[in-house]
Amino acid sequence: MTTTTAKVRRPRRIATGPATIGAVILAVLVLIALLAPWLAPHDPESVDATRIMQAPSPLHLLGTDSLGRDVLSRTMFALRVSLLVSVGSVTLAAVVAIPLGALAGYFGGWVDILISRPLEMLLVLPALLLAISLIAIVGPGATVAALAIALIYLPILARVMRASTLSVAGLGYVEGARARGAGHLRTLTGHVVPNAVGPVVVQLSILAGFALQIEAALSFLGLGTQPPTPSLGLMLSDGRDILSQAPWVEVFPGLTLAIAVLSFILIGDGLRARLDPDRVSS
Amino acid sequence: MTPLLRFTIRRLILTIPVIFAMSVFVFLLIRLVPGDPVRTMLGFRATDANVAQIRGQLGLDRPLVAQYVSWVGNVFHGDLGTDFISKAPITQLLSERLPVTLELTVLAMGLALLIGIPLGVAAATGSKWTRRFTDGYVVAGVSIPDFWLGIMLVFVFSATLGVLPPSGYSSFTSDPLANLRYLVLPVVTLAVGEGAYILRTTRGALESVLGQPFVGFLRAKGVTERRIVNRHGLRNAAAPIVTVVGIQFGVLLGGAIVIETLFALPGVGRLLVTAISQRNYPVVQAGVLVVATLFIFVSLLTDLLLGWFDPRIADGQDS
Repeated sequence: MTTTTAKVRRPRRIATGPATIGAVILAVLVLIALLAPWLAPHDPESVDATRIMQAPSPLHLLGTDSLGRDVLSRTMFALRVSLLVSVGSVTLAAVVAIPLGALAGYFGGWVDILISRPLEMLLVLPALLLAISLIAIVGPGATVAALAIALIYLPILARVMRASTLSVAGLGYVEGARARGAGHLRTLTGHVVPNAVGPVVVQLSILAGFALQIEAALSFLGLGTQPPTPSLGLMLSDGRDILSQAPWVEVFPGLTLAIAVLSFILIGDGLRARLDPDRVSS
Repeated sequence: MTPLLRFTIRRLILTIPVIFAMSVFVFLLIRLVPGDPVRTMLGFRATDANVAQIRGQLGLDRPLVAQYVSWVGNVFHGDLGTDFISKAPITQLLSERLPVTLELTVLAMGLALLIGIPLGVAAATGSKWTRRFTDGYVVAGVSIPDFWLGIMLVFVFSATLGVLPPSGYSSFTSDPLANLRYLVLPVVTLAVGEGAYILRTTRGALESVLGQPFVGFLRAKGVTERRIVNRHGLRNAAAPIVTVVGIQFGVLLGGAIVIETLFALPGVGRLLVTAISQRNYPVVQAGVLVVATLFIFVSLLTDLLLGWFDPRIADGQDS
């Protein structure tokens, strides 16, 4: 028994450090994205034939791309799209998945089957294939990409919420609430959901990180954000063609993307130690 | 009937509704396109005669259920339709492309296991510095987008050092050595991220096994640590590792779509991306069908392996 407690506590102490770092990085990135119109040194879309593929310099801190556009300004604006798609998709998925998972876990039986079986069918396709299939139907775009990512996450989050609800619903205080005459709705919203939502929050943070990667991959393939809107995936696709002449066009947006993903994952790992201690060791 | 046989049959039967649901989804793929899919597909080539011909070919003028039944019938006979741009049979197209995707994903998973399991063992048993290193690798491997890593590898090994080809493909049967040279960068690109997941799973599974009382007993008996890990630890940690390999195979199939496009490998993924941008719906449909079937098959295989390796799982499913 003592070993178990030690195991749970140890990662908690380590994990708060990286989680704080993750939160700080993310806050900075969000600020840059929000303030991009004021912070960006140049117009992200202004083409300048006299300055194509210039190496980083005091005027263009991260260099310019094949059309003479400022890489730093474009990266700042691209962050807006990326973060918006990422946060938007996980929020949408959570708004649908949390009630569905809670209902499935709380009522069980037919309610559970009616909710869980159709959602499981979404897991039949590999995630990226599901997204690409949806885009094949509706057509490419940032909004479609966000919807596709939300659709990928919906069954995952609902399953986590269902499992977490199951573990909470049998506890004494829930039975107590019912015994005091609380209705199902009140029990669910007042007692079950607030106590069961922790593991979902952990997942949300990590999935938001992966959403950045999926959006970038889709845009890279030409299936996500469409030009001329700056997007990290599109920038990486442009930069690839001029890799040997102007590596900075490829390196900096890629690093930005990796750092943004990293910040979400660090936060998720830190939250896991606090909100979902049972799964720390796994 | 032995429990294991019963488990196997049960698991096979459970696959039927999954295949059915997937087939309905793939079937509806073309039919869900807003507006007239045939006109969208043909674009500027959409003369009335053309539209009528393609619609007839796809059977879109018949009732939905009849369309589904004949589509499934054709699929079972190995007829996946016709690519309306190249006029080639799609079955042939896919049979040329599938081996490339399979080679890429299987090699990538193999390399990921070669990276992930030893490092996972090292992380679970090693010093503080080994842990730091493996933790760093996991975080980097999970955070770095695979296609960007691929581009960076091209930058270093092709553009700068010139030791490996940046893209292209040569089939294994015509030139095995060239085939492997073309695959090194794509396989490494996919394996770095996968290896991180396998490392984390191996470490977690091994740590929980090594904390169990029987390991304390083995230690007390004087069994060496290396022997405990290799003979007892890994064997008991196998189930989570096999599970994660099964799940991650689906991720690899998705990743292959991007990586094949990046490295110009003629696999199913690249075919899909091209087909989507050309609105070549019959090819999209067939490509999704094949990849999804492969994914379901791998999940089935993973579950069966788990049951066969560990009779407790088979028993548990049975009761």
